[in-house]
Amino acid sequence: MTEKRYVARDTHVASRLMGGEMMIMSTRDSTLFTLNGVASVIWEAADGKTPLDEIVSEQICKEYDVAPEQAMMDAETLVEQLAGHGIMIVSDQQIAPRENSEVNPK
Amino acid sequence: MPDTLTVTEASQVVVEIGGLPIRLRVDDAGFIDLLHKRYEGFVTTSREPQFEFQIEVTPPGLIEPDEDVRVHRNSENWFFDRGDFHAEWNPTSGQGKVRQTVNPYSIDCVLRIVHTLLLARTGGFLLHAASAMRNGRAFLFSGVSGAGKTTISRLAPPDVTLLTDEISYVVKESGEYFGFGTPFAGELARVGENLRAPIAEVFLLAQGPANKIEPLDTAEAAHALLRNTLFFAEDPGMVNSVFQSVCDFVRKVSVRRLTFVPNAEVWELIR
Repeated sequence: MTEKRYVARDTHVASRLMGGEMMIMSTRDSTLFTLNGVASVIWEAADGKTPLDEIVSEQICKEYDVAPEQAMMDAETLVEQLAGHGIMIVSDQQIAPRENSEVNPK
Repeated sequence: MPDTLTVTEASQVVVEIGGLPIRLRVDDAGFIDLLHKRYEGFVTTSREPQFEFQIEVTPPGLIEPDEDVRVHRNSENWFFDRGDFHAEWNPTSGQGKVRQTVNPYSIDCVLRIVHTLLLARTGGFLLHAASAMRNGRAFLFSGVSGAGKTTISRLAPPDVTLLTDEISYVVKESGEYFGFGTPFAGELARVGENLRAPIAEVFLLAQGPANKIEPLDTAEAAHALLRNTLFFAEDPGMVNSVFQSVCDFVRKVSVRRLTFVPNAEVWELIR
Protein backbone atom coordinates (compact mmCIF):
# COMPACT_ATOMS: atom_id res chain seq x y z
CA MET A 1 0.00 0.00 0.00
CA THR A 2 1.29 3.45 -0.97
CA GLU A 3 2.03 5.81 1.92
CA LYS A 4 -0.26 8.76 2.31
CA ARG A 5 1.23 12.16 1.60
CA TYR A 6 -0.01 15.37 3.09
CA VAL A 7 0.49 18.89 1.80
CA ALA A 8 0.19 22.30 3.43
CA ARG A 9 0.76 25.84 2.26
CA ASP A 10 3.85 27.38 3.81
CA THR A 11 3.06 30.19 6.20
CA HIS A 12 5.47 32.64 4.56
CA VAL A 13 3.26 33.32 1.57
CA ALA A 14 0.59 35.74 0.48
CA SER A 15 -1.91 34.40 -2.02
CA ARG A 16 -5.00 35.48 -3.88
CA LEU A 17 -7.21 33.84 -6.50
CA MET A 18 -7.41 36.24 -9.44
CA GLY A 19 -9.37 35.37 -12.56
CA GLY A 20 -9.13 31.64 -11.92
CA GLU A 21 -5.38 31.71 -11.32
CA MET A 22 -3.73 31.61 -7.92
CA MET A 23 -1.20 34.40 -7.44
CA ILE A 24 1.30 33.53 -4.75
CA MET A 25 4.06 35.69 -3.37
CA SER A 26 6.75 34.41 -1.08
CA THR A 27 6.95 36.86 1.80
CA ARG A 28 10.55 35.78 2.37
CA ASP A 29 11.91 37.14 -0.89
CA SER A 30 8.91 38.59 -2.82
CA THR A 31 9.18 35.91 -5.53
CA LEU A 32 5.93 35.69 -7.47
CA PHE A 33 4.27 32.46 -8.63
CA THR A 34 1.13 31.87 -10.67
CA LEU A 35 -0.82 28.60 -10.62
CA ASN A 36 -3.32 27.51 -13.27
CA GLY A 37 -6.81 26.33 -12.42
CA VAL A 38 -5.98 22.71 -11.51
CA ALA A 39 -2.93 23.64 -9.51
CA SER A 40 -4.98 26.31 -7.73
CA VAL A 41 -7.42 23.62 -6.56
CA ILE A 42 -4.57 21.66 -4.99
CA TRP A 43 -3.18 24.82 -3.41
CA GLU A 44 -6.49 25.72 -1.82
CA ALA A 45 -7.07 22.16 -0.61
CA ALA A 46 -3.60 21.85 0.91
CA ASP A 47 -4.72 22.04 4.53
CA GLY A 48 -2.19 19.60 5.97
CA LYS A 49 -4.95 17.17 6.94
CA THR A 50 -6.33 15.92 3.63
CA PRO A 51 -4.12 13.36 1.87
CA LEU A 52 -2.96 14.35 -1.57
CA ASP A 53 -4.58 11.30 -3.21
CA GLU A 54 -7.91 12.33 -1.70
CA ILE A 55 -7.54 15.87 -3.01
CA VAL A 56 -6.84 14.45 -6.45
CA SER A 57 -9.68 11.92 -6.45
CA GLU A 58 -12.29 14.15 -4.82
CA GLN A 59 -11.48 17.53 -6.28
CA ILE A 60 -9.42 17.09 -9.45
CA CYS A 61 -10.80 13.94 -11.04
CA LYS A 62 -14.41 14.90 -10.35
CA GLU A 63 -13.94 18.39 -11.75
CA TYR A 64 -11.55 17.83 -14.65
CA ASP A 65 -11.45 15.28 -17.47
CA VAL A 66 -8.21 13.54 -16.51
CA ALA A 67 -7.19 9.94 -15.79
CA PRO A 68 -6.65 9.35 -12.05
CA GLU A 69 -3.09 8.00 -12.50
CA GLN A 70 -2.08 10.94 -14.65
CA ALA A 71 -3.71 13.40 -12.27
CA MET A 72 -1.87 11.88 -9.31
CA MET A 73 1.47 11.99 -11.13
CA ASP A 74 0.92 15.64 -12.10
CA ALA A 75 -0.09 16.50 -8.54
CA GLU A 76 3.02 14.81 -7.13
CA THR A 77 5.20 16.76 -9.53
CA LEU A 78 3.47 20.03 -8.69
CA VAL A 79 3.75 19.72 -4.91
CA GLU A 80 7.41 18.73 -5.18
CA GLN A 81 8.05 21.82 -7.31
CA LEU A 82 6.23 24.07 -4.87
CA ALA A 83 8.09 22.49 -1.97
CA GLY A 84 11.33 23.10 -3.84
CA HIS A 85 10.44 26.78 -3.99
CA GLY A 86 9.75 26.78 -0.26
CA ILE A 87 6.08 27.67 -0.50
CA MET A 88 4.56 24.25 0.27
CA ILE A 89 5.24 21.60 2.88
CA VAL A 90 5.00 17.92 1.90
CA SER A 91 4.98 15.20 4.56
CA ASP A 92 4.01 11.58 5.08
CA GLN A 93 2.23 12.67 8.25
CA GLN A 94 -0.50 15.18 8.85
CA ILE A 95 0.85 18.71 9.14
CA ALA A 96 -0.27 20.66 12.17
CA PRO A 97 -1.59 24.15 11.51
CA ARG A 98 0.97 26.82 12.23
CA GLU A 99 0.60 30.48 12.88
CA ASN A 100 0.48 32.30 9.61
CA SER A 101 3.07 35.00 9.11
CA GLU A 102 0.57 37.13 7.25
CA VAL A 103 -0.33 40.25 9.18
CA ASN A 104 -3.39 41.15 7.14
CA PRO A 105 -4.59 37.95 5.49
CA LYS A 106 -7.65 38.48 3.34
CA MET B 1 -2.00 72.66 -4.00
CA PRO B 2 1.70 73.09 -3.31
CA ASP B 3 2.81 75.77 -0.92
CA THR B 4 5.19 78.45 -1.84
CA LEU B 5 8.70 77.49 -0.87
CA THR B 6 9.28 78.80 2.64
CA VAL B 7 12.15 78.24 4.99
CA THR B 8 11.15 78.16 8.64
CA GLU B 9 14.49 77.22 10.19
CA ALA B 10 17.90 77.08 8.66
CA SER B 11 18.39 73.49 9.84
CA GLN B 12 15.20 71.82 8.68
CA VAL B 13 12.95 71.28 5.73
CA VAL B 14 9.51 69.63 5.61
CA VAL B 15 8.86 67.55 2.52
CA GLU B 16 5.24 66.64 1.86
CA ILE B 17 4.62 63.79 -0.58
CA GLY B 18 1.24 62.11 -0.93
CA GLY B 19 -0.17 64.45 1.70
CA LEU B 20 2.33 63.15 4.28
CA PRO B 21 4.73 65.79 5.61
CA ILE B 22 8.10 64.54 6.88
CA ARG B 23 10.57 66.82 8.60
CA LEU B 24 14.24 66.47 7.72
CA ARG B 25 16.71 68.07 10.11
CA VAL B 26 20.35 68.53 9.36
CA ASP B 27 22.97 70.92 10.70
CA ASP B 28 24.44 71.69 7.33
CA ALA B 29 23.23 74.79 5.52
CA GLY B 30 24.54 73.55 2.19
CA PHE B 31 22.64 70.30 2.52
CA ILE B 32 19.44 72.13 3.52
CA ASP B 33 19.79 74.27 0.42
CA LEU B 34 20.28 71.13 -1.67
CA LEU B 35 17.14 69.56 -0.16
CA HIS B 36 15.09 72.67 -0.90
CA LYS B 37 16.16 72.55 -4.51
CA ARG B 38 15.70 68.77 -4.80
CA TYR B 39 12.17 68.82 -3.38
CA GLU B 40 11.01 72.12 -4.80
CA GLY B 41 7.22 72.11 -5.00
CA PHE B 42 7.01 69.52 -2.21
CA VAL B 43 8.38 71.67 0.58
CA THR B 44 5.69 72.86 2.96
CA THR B 45 5.12 74.78 6.16
CA SER B 46 1.39 74.34 6.39
CA ARG B 47 1.18 71.10 8.37
CA GLU B 48 2.92 69.78 11.45
CA PRO B 49 4.81 66.66 10.43
CA GLN B 50 4.04 63.40 12.16
CA PHE B 51 7.45 62.02 11.24
CA GLU B 52 10.92 63.44 11.55
CA PHE B 53 14.41 62.36 10.55
CA GLN B 54 17.62 63.76 11.94
CA ILE B 55 20.30 63.53 9.28
CA GLU B 56 23.89 63.07 10.36
CA VAL B 57 26.27 64.01 7.60
CA THR B 58 29.26 61.73 7.14
CA PRO B 59 32.45 62.35 5.16
CA PRO B 60 32.21 61.92 1.39
CA GLY B 61 32.17 58.33 0.21
CA LEU B 62 30.98 56.08 -2.56
CA ILE B 63 27.33 56.52 -3.56
CA GLU B 64 25.66 53.47 -5.10
CA PRO B 65 22.04 54.38 -5.91
CA ASP B 66 21.55 51.11 -7.83
CA GLU B 67 22.82 48.91 -5.04
CA ASP B 68 20.23 46.74 -3.29
CA VAL B 69 18.82 48.26 -0.16
CA ARG B 70 18.12 46.16 2.96
CA VAL B 71 15.03 46.96 4.97
CA HIS B 72 14.24 45.03 8.08
CA ARG B 73 12.41 45.40 11.36
CA ASN B 74 13.54 44.70 14.88
CA SER B 75 10.63 45.00 17.28
CA GLU B 76 9.26 48.51 16.71
CA ASN B 77 12.22 49.91 14.83
CA TRP B 78 12.90 49.74 11.13
CA PHE B 79 16.43 49.71 9.74
CA PHE B 80 17.31 50.73 6.19
CA ASP B 81 20.80 50.05 4.85
CA ARG B 82 22.60 50.63 1.61
CA GLY B 83 26.26 51.22 0.97
CA ASP B 84 25.80 54.99 1.07
CA PHE B 85 23.47 55.31 4.06
CA HIS B 86 22.14 53.80 7.26
CA ALA B 87 18.77 54.80 8.67
CA GLU B 88 16.66 53.85 11.65
CA TRP B 89 13.04 54.73 12.15
CA ASN B 90 10.39 54.18 14.80
CA PRO B 91 6.94 54.67 13.23
CA THR B 92 5.27 54.84 16.66
CA SER B 93 7.35 57.73 17.96
CA GLY B 94 7.67 59.13 14.45
CA GLN B 95 11.39 59.70 15.01
CA GLY B 96 14.17 58.49 12.80
CA LYS B 97 17.80 59.16 11.97
CA VAL B 98 19.85 58.90 8.82
CA ARG B 99 23.61 58.73 8.45
CA GLN B 100 24.70 59.71 4.96
CA THR B 101 26.97 61.89 2.91
CA VAL B 102 25.80 65.18 1.41
CA ASN B 103 23.90 63.91 -1.62
CA PRO B 104 20.22 63.84 -2.64
CA TYR B 105 20.10 60.14 -3.57
CA SER B 106 20.40 58.62 -0.12
CA ILE B 107 17.62 60.64 1.50
CA ASP B 108 15.53 60.11 -1.63
CA CYS B 109 15.79 56.35 -1.09
CA VAL B 110 14.95 56.71 2.61
CA LEU B 111 11.82 58.69 1.74
CA ARG B 112 10.73 56.08 -0.82
CA ILE B 113 11.06 53.36 1.80
CA VAL B 114 9.23 55.32 4.48
CA HIS B 115 6.37 56.11 2.11
CA THR B 116 6.18 52.47 0.99
CA LEU B 117 5.85 51.36 4.61
CA LEU B 118 3.28 54.02 5.44
CA LEU B 119 1.21 53.42 2.32
CA ALA B 120 1.09 49.69 3.03
CA ARG B 121 -0.96 50.42 6.16
CA THR B 122 -3.77 51.93 4.14
CA GLY B 123 -3.89 49.91 0.92
CA GLY B 124 -1.60 52.13 -1.13
CA PHE B 125 1.75 51.48 -2.78
CA LEU B 126 4.52 52.93 -4.92
CA LEU B 127 4.68 51.74 -8.50
CA HIS B 128 7.39 51.97 -11.14
CA ALA B 129 5.23 54.10 -13.41
CA ALA B 130 4.98 57.52 -14.92
CA SER B 131 1.74 59.29 -14.15
CA ALA B 132 0.00 62.27 -15.59
CA MET B 133 -3.18 64.20 -15.03
CA ARG B 134 -5.62 65.04 -17.80
CA ASN B 135 -9.15 66.39 -17.45
CA GLY B 136 -8.90 66.00 -13.68
CA ARG B 137 -8.04 62.31 -13.81
CA ALA B 138 -4.75 60.49 -13.32
CA PHE B 139 -3.34 58.00 -15.82
CA LEU B 140 -0.48 55.71 -14.83
CA PHE B 141 2.02 54.26 -17.31
CA SER B 142 3.81 51.31 -15.80
CA GLY B 143 6.78 49.41 -17.06
CA VAL B 144 10.29 48.34 -16.33
CA SER B 145 13.25 50.47 -17.28
CA GLY B 146 13.19 51.03 -21.05
CA ALA B 147 9.46 50.35 -21.47
CA GLY B 148 8.75 53.98 -22.32
CA LYS B 149 7.89 55.83 -19.10
CA THR B 150 10.17 58.72 -19.91
CA THR B 151 9.17 58.69 -23.60
CA ILE B 152 5.43 58.90 -22.96
CA SER B 153 6.05 61.63 -20.39
CA ARG B 154 8.12 63.62 -22.84
CA LEU B 155 5.41 63.29 -25.53
CA ALA B 156 2.62 64.63 -23.29
CA PRO B 157 0.69 67.53 -24.85
CA PRO B 158 0.31 70.90 -23.05
CA ASP B 159 -3.03 70.04 -21.43
CA VAL B 160 -1.39 67.14 -19.58
CA THR B 161 0.25 67.70 -16.19
CA LEU B 162 3.10 65.38 -15.32
CA LEU B 163 2.88 63.86 -11.83
CA THR B 164 6.03 61.78 -12.17
CA ASP B 165 8.06 60.10 -14.87
CA GLU B 166 9.38 57.36 -12.60
CA ILE B 167 7.57 56.44 -9.34
CA SER B 168 3.82 56.73 -9.04
CA TYR B 169 2.22 57.24 -5.66
CA VAL B 170 -1.05 55.33 -5.23
CA VAL B 171 -3.28 56.17 -2.28
CA LYS B 172 -6.49 54.40 -1.26
CA GLU B 173 -9.08 56.67 0.31
CA SER B 174 -12.62 55.53 1.13
CA GLY B 175 -12.29 52.66 -1.33
CA GLU B 176 -11.16 54.91 -4.20
CA TYR B 177 -7.65 55.23 -5.61
CA PHE B 178 -5.79 58.49 -6.15
CA GLY B 179 -2.52 59.26 -7.89
CA PHE B 180 -0.26 61.86 -6.30
CA GLY B 181 2.61 63.73 -7.83
CA THR B 182 6.07 62.82 -6.57
CA PRO B 183 9.51 64.39 -6.70
CA PHE B 184 10.95 60.96 -7.57
CA ALA B 185 12.24 61.68 -11.05
CA GLY B 186 13.62 59.38 -13.69
CA GLU B 187 15.52 60.16 -16.86
CA LEU B 188 13.48 63.29 -17.43
CA ALA B 189 15.14 64.66 -14.28
CA ARG B 190 12.07 66.79 -13.61
CA VAL B 191 10.05 66.55 -10.43
CA GLY B 192 6.33 66.02 -10.87
CA GLU B 193 3.65 68.51 -9.95
CA ASN B 194 2.46 68.28 -6.37
CA LEU B 195 -1.15 67.48 -7.28
CA ARG B 196 -3.57 64.60 -6.83
CA ALA B 197 -6.34 63.11 -8.95
CA PRO B 198 -8.53 59.99 -8.99
CA ILE B 199 -6.87 57.24 -10.98
CA ALA B 200 -8.76 56.62 -14.21
CA GLU B 201 -6.62 53.86 -15.66
CA VAL B 202 -3.25 52.13 -15.65
CA PHE B 203 -1.47 51.32 -18.89
CA LEU B 204 1.25 48.71 -19.12
CA LEU B 205 3.71 50.17 -21.57
CA ALA B 206 5.25 48.52 -24.61
CA GLN B 207 6.69 50.17 -27.70
CA GLY B 208 5.64 48.77 -31.08
CA PRO B 209 4.82 49.55 -34.73
CA ALA B 210 1.32 50.96 -34.08
CA ASN B 211 -0.65 52.56 -31.30
CA LYS B 212 -3.11 50.15 -29.72
CA ILE B 213 -4.73 49.40 -26.40
CA GLU B 214 -5.49 45.81 -25.40
CA PRO B 215 -7.45 44.47 -22.44
CA LEU B 216 -5.83 42.40 -19.71
CA ASP B 217 -7.54 40.02 -17.35
CA THR B 218 -7.14 40.63 -13.64
CA ALA B 219 -4.51 37.92 -13.20
CA GLU B 220 -2.32 39.37 -15.97
CA ALA B 221 -2.83 42.84 -14.57
CA ALA B 222 -1.95 41.80 -11.03
CA HIS B 223 1.09 39.88 -12.21
CA ALA B 224 2.39 42.83 -14.21
CA LEU B 225 1.79 45.41 -11.52
CA LEU B 226 3.30 43.24 -8.80
CA ARG B 227 6.46 43.02 -10.88
CA ASN B 228 6.58 46.81 -11.02
CA THR B 229 5.64 47.50 -7.42
CA LEU B 230 8.27 48.70 -4.97
CA PHE B 231 8.86 46.02 -2.34
CA PHE B 232 11.62 47.09 -0.01
CA ALA B 233 10.94 45.24 3.18
CA GLU B 234 12.04 41.74 4.02
CA ASP B 235 9.25 41.78 6.56
CA PRO B 236 6.60 39.12 5.73
CA GLY B 237 3.69 41.19 7.01
CA MET B 238 4.72 44.16 4.92
CA VAL B 239 5.18 42.10 1.75
CA ASN B 240 1.76 40.56 2.32
CA SER B 241 0.15 43.97 2.80
CA VAL B 242 1.57 45.35 -0.43
CA PHE B 243 0.66 42.15 -2.30
CA GLN B 244 -2.95 42.34 -1.11
CA SER B 245 -3.09 46.07 -1.88
CA VAL B 246 -2.08 45.51 -5.50
CA CYS B 247 -4.58 42.66 -5.89
CA ASP B 248 -7.34 44.89 -4.50
CA PHE B 249 -6.27 47.69 -6.83
CA VAL B 250 -6.56 45.65 -10.06
CA ARG B 251 -10.06 44.59 -9.08
CA LYS B 252 -11.11 48.22 -8.89
CA VAL B 253 -9.06 50.07 -11.51
CA SER B 254 -8.83 49.30 -15.23
CA VAL B 255 -5.42 48.03 -16.32
CA ARG B 256 -4.73 47.68 -20.06
CA ARG B 257 -1.70 47.21 -22.26
CA LEU B 258 -0.69 50.26 -24.30
CA THR B 259 1.58 49.58 -27.24
CA PHE B 260 2.73 52.84 -28.77
CA VAL B 261 4.83 54.42 -31.46
CA PRO B 262 6.99 57.09 -29.87
CA ASN B 263 5.18 60.14 -31.21
CA ALA B 264 2.58 62.49 -29.75
CA GLU B 265 -0.38 60.79 -31.47
CA VAL B 266 -0.49 58.19 -28.73
CA TRP B 267 -1.97 60.79 -26.41
CA GLU B 268 -5.11 60.87 -28.59
CA LEU B 269 -5.93 57.47 -27.08
CA ILE B 270 -5.55 58.68 -23.51
CA ARG B 271 -8.47 60.75 -22.34
